[in-house]
Amino acid sequence: MRIFVCIKQVPDSAQIRVHPVTNTIMRQGVPTIINPYDLFGLEEALRLRDRFGGEVTVMTMGPPMASDSLRKALTYGADRAVLLTDRFFAGSDTLATSYALANLIQKASENWGQPDIVFCGKQTIDGDTAQVGPGIARRLGLTQLTYVSSIDEIDPSHGTITVRRRADHGVQVLQSRLPAMITMMEGSNEIRRGRIEDALRAASAEVVQWNAAAAGITDLGHCGLRGSPTVVKKVFAPPSREEKATLVGEGAANPAAVANDLITQIFARQPVLEGDLMHAAARH
Amino acid sequence: MNSSAPRPPAAAGSRAGMKKELPEHFRSYKHVWVFIEFEQGEIHPVSLELLGEGRKLADRLQVELAGVLLGGCGAALTGAAGICHSYGADVVYVAAHPVLADYRNEPYTRVMTDLVRKFEPEIMLLGATVLGRDLAGSVATTLQTGLTADCTELAIDDERSLAATRPTFGGSLLCTIHTLNFRPQMATVRPRVMPLPAPDTSRTGRIIEYQAELEESDIVTKVIDFLADRNSESSQLAFADVVVAGGLGLRSAENISLVQDLAHVLGGDWGGSRPLVQKGWIPSDRQIGQTGKTIRPRLYIAAGISGAIQHRVGVEGSDLIVAINTDPNAPIFEFAHLGVVGDATVLLPALTEAFRSRLAVNRLAG
Amino acid sequence: MKQNHFDAIVVGAGPSGNAAAYTLAQRGLNVLQIERGEYAGSKNVQGAILYADALEKIIPDFRDEAPLERHIVEQRVWMMDDAGHTGMHHRSDDYNEDKPNRYTILRAQFDKWFSRCVKEAGATVIYETTVTSLMRDASGWVVGVHTDRNGEGITADVVILAEGVNGLVGRTSGLREELKPENVALAVKEMHFLPQEVIDARFNLKGNEGVVIEAMGTITEGMVGTAFLYTNRESISVGIGCMVSDFTDVGQATPHGLLDRFKAHPSIRALLEGSEIKEYAAHLIPEGGYRAIPELVGNGWLVVGDAGHFVNAVHREGSNLAMTTGRLAAETVADIILSGGSCSRHNLAAYVEAVKDSFVMKDMKKYKDIHGFLKKGRHVVDLYPRLMNRAAQTWFRVDGVDKKSKESTIVREAWRARGIGGLMGDAFKLMRAWR
Repeated sequence: MRIFVCIKQVPDSAQIRVHPVTNTIMRQGVPTIINPYDLFGLEEALRLRDRFGGEVTVMTMGPPMASDSLRKALTYGADRAVLLTDRFFAGSDTLATSYALANLIQKASENWGQPDIVFCGKQTIDGDTAQVGPGIARRLGLTQLTYVSSIDEIDPSHGTITVRRRADHGVQVLQSRLPAMITMMEGSNEIRRGRIEDALRAASAEVVQWNAAAAGITDLGHCGLRGSPTVVKKVFAPPSREEKATLVGEGAANPAAVANDLITQIFARQPVLEGDLMHAAARH
Repeated sequence: MNSSAPRPPAAAGSRAGMKKELPEHFRSYKHVWVFIEFEQGEIHPVSLELLGEGRKLADRLQVELAGVLLGGCGAALTGAAGICHSYGADVVYVAAHPVLADYRNEPYTRVMTDLVRKFEPEIMLLGATVLGRDLAGSVATTLQTGLTADCTELAIDDERSLAATRPTFGGSLLCTIHTLNFRPQMATVRPRVMPLPAPDTSRTGRIIEYQAELEESDIVTKVIDFLADRNSESSQLAFADVVVAGGLGLRSAENISLVQDLAHVLGGDWGGSRPLVQKGWIPSDRQIGQTGKTIRPRLYIAAGISGAIQHRVGVEGSDLIVAINTDPNAPIFEFAHLGVVGDATVLLPALTEAFRSRLAVNRLAG
Repeated sequence: MKQNHFDAIVVGAGPSGNAAAYTLAQRGLNVLQIERGEYAGSKNVQGAILYADALEKIIPDFRDEAPLERHIVEQRVWMMDDAGHTGMHHRSDDYNEDKPNRYTILRAQFDKWFSRCVKEAGATVIYETTVTSLMRDASGWVVGVHTDRNGEGITADVVILAEGVNGLVGRTSGLREELKPENVALAVKEMHFLPQEVIDARFNLKGNEGVVIEAMGTITEGMVGTAFLYTNRESISVGIGCMVSDFTDVGQATPHGLLDRFKAHPSIRALLEGSEIKEYAAHLIPEGGYRAIPELVGNGWLVVGDAGHFVNAVHREGSNLAMTTGRLAAETVADIILSGGSCSRHNLAAYVEAVKDSFVMKDMKKYKDIHGFLKKGRHVVDLYPRLMNRAAQTWFRVDGVDKKSKESTIVREAWRARGIGGLMGDAFKLMRAWR
């Protein structure tokens, strides 16, 4: 099988800080990681390759630094890595991003053959939009299978696939055709620890780097800020509420006294709630 | 890859990104649409919440609010349309077709984009549910227009443009996004972010039926089974009247039970902050916050949660927020209404006991 | 050549490992460096002092590219009691020179940069891989390493252990003794973020000037240890470290408790006010001194940096000793391999000689007794700072008492506290240890 995996290098959101004084994002020193949701697709891709043979190509669009994440993907066992990087892509929204990535996938297909599956992350942890995967699928006419919790059956030679897909009230079992764009649910698998051979290979492997022209993108009007229909007009810190919390129980003798003070305060502010809770408790 | 990929409409040809002027061909786009999620014979609450929000936008713009209903059975859809009217829709577009019986990306995308091209709405809102997210990206890409995900606030600016505000940078900041020169302006909103409006059953409206031209044989993906969630024990979290949640201040996985005990006594539901999910102390469907569940209970008790912004945006709609934290400078005290500076593992059992006896006394008295 | 064979394997990507790997790669050797962290510096405590000289000998023009925070123009040494401090401040505009001598750095960034230099020099670097044991041939000669990843071991002519004070290989392979609590200090550090202008104003700095404060006294609650504060560009590193054995034997305090107390001290509190704490980290520092230095070479292996206990605790130098020993080891190995020799214990002994000829071993030797002195005379870390602060107060307070009487009070208090014999003995012992 030929599988492409789209990944994104994201700041480790746990370590992002807002400057206490200027309220701006402090990016300095924030480590970057592969978007965690992408790893479920990568692992699924590696498993399919191990089962059916073929190769896994990881790709991303981003600054030159993003090659670190691609190299990391190679240490997990991916066979090839491609980075699409160009200043024309700066400021891309999801529509412009899916345009660039769809073109990247086209170009990669010309070089290494058409993929059976393109895996994307369910969403990223920095953007949280969940729009780029569907955008790519739409642009390339791939079957769209999002929120997949497992691939039950797959037959590359006949181009058929059966998956379980997480829906709002249950699980859909879907039968469909390849080529498909799949996003995997978190927890559907666990990224492997690559073998020492993978680590060594990744350390000296070449990450293929393309700029817009090399990826065959000539219409720069679809790229970056110019190609983004959405415009960010304002970025701001959430307004702090005028009033801070009223502190309860200061100087109280023991936890029980604090608890009683607190309950009195709660019901003073929510008088109807007490009766409702009572009824609820009576039903128990 | 097959070559039948949809071509972008010629209308979206010129892409002078920052130009503010709305191109001539989009000037005819009017009205606010809400995609109504209708599955297993029920309207998803988020769609009704969006009707409430869409009503405000439509009034501000002095245009109509429309619901868009897709499904397999005409009769059921007509019933659902009535509900949409009572929640504020002036018009409901109904597309009934056997192919639309179960949600599938392909036919739904096709019908939605056809509807937009035919009736030209200026704003389209969808719930940021699994279904809504699956659909929104496909529709926006096909229409080549802007889509803003997970909005926490929607407004109309002085130039009649939709100002969609959403958290950014992992929830530490907010940003306001506009789609200046493309239509429709699309946005998704998570469940429970907007309040559920009160229905007015006396309200009526129009229904516009749309004959979708679909052939089952054209649709590649088949639903061969649906396994409904039998165990939906956590699905009530977003709708609970009382929610108790724990954070790292609980210090150990065992102390989750302190949160559960209090929730139980109050007849409410329980959850936790993102770090607890990351540590594996609680399942991910119990996570409260921007990337987890948004809650709007009447009483929210946060025990040992510091109150990072990503948590804050998920709980701000609560009527009364009570925070327990050892650190008096914890950000949660900035937006909680009542606070106790103290150890949650000590306070929680005391609260449980005090609530239990108080409610018992009242019951006897009552 | 076998696919998995290298001229040299360097275990660890801290200052000593990077110095070694870089030097080897520069000399054209086929080097593999193995780091257990996610990236170089990921396991490192933030905020540190960089001594330019040691790095300059490896990368002469490092100042052009390395992520440096501030160069140090002022050193403060404080003797602290509970209410304040008495100390020495040294500041000079001479330190605003073309090639400053000391810098504050953030280790995570600095190590990452250094690691990039190593890769650009041609070394193969792999991360998130722990070397679990040494691979030996039948005669016990080290011929490579085993890792915690699936797959075969990797062979090399020589293995340079730069794995830090608590490295797994050193412990499991019997190359070094188990760490003794009295030979290692536990330091905890925090990063406090403040706007650059605020730091400049608080410490009277301009441009990239920086200040270092080193403090001892009652803040360590009788344990042998020191506290420190470094100014970075937009943050302040503050920390405290004491001997591990003292945490169990002497004080009741926890490392974090000590740090909290230090931060709340009247002399420190105002400097940190309004800051946002980012990182908290703990780190072991080998402070056993000269006498704790283990066997440094064997057939097919050698030890550099913290793993070799190369830390000058008195002057709070470590990374420069690490880089220097890393460089010297690499030079020795390169000389041997490029001349077709074998990395036998006998040949590698040239490294030990080189270390002995350098400042590294000379300094280690100079202070070889200071450790024992402090261990036996714990009162010096507590009592003398107290006395100094009392004396200073007696002296500077204008209260109608004549200066002669003030002198007598100061002498009497010192006498009462320690006795003449004690005072003389301390002075004598300290002199001997210092010599």
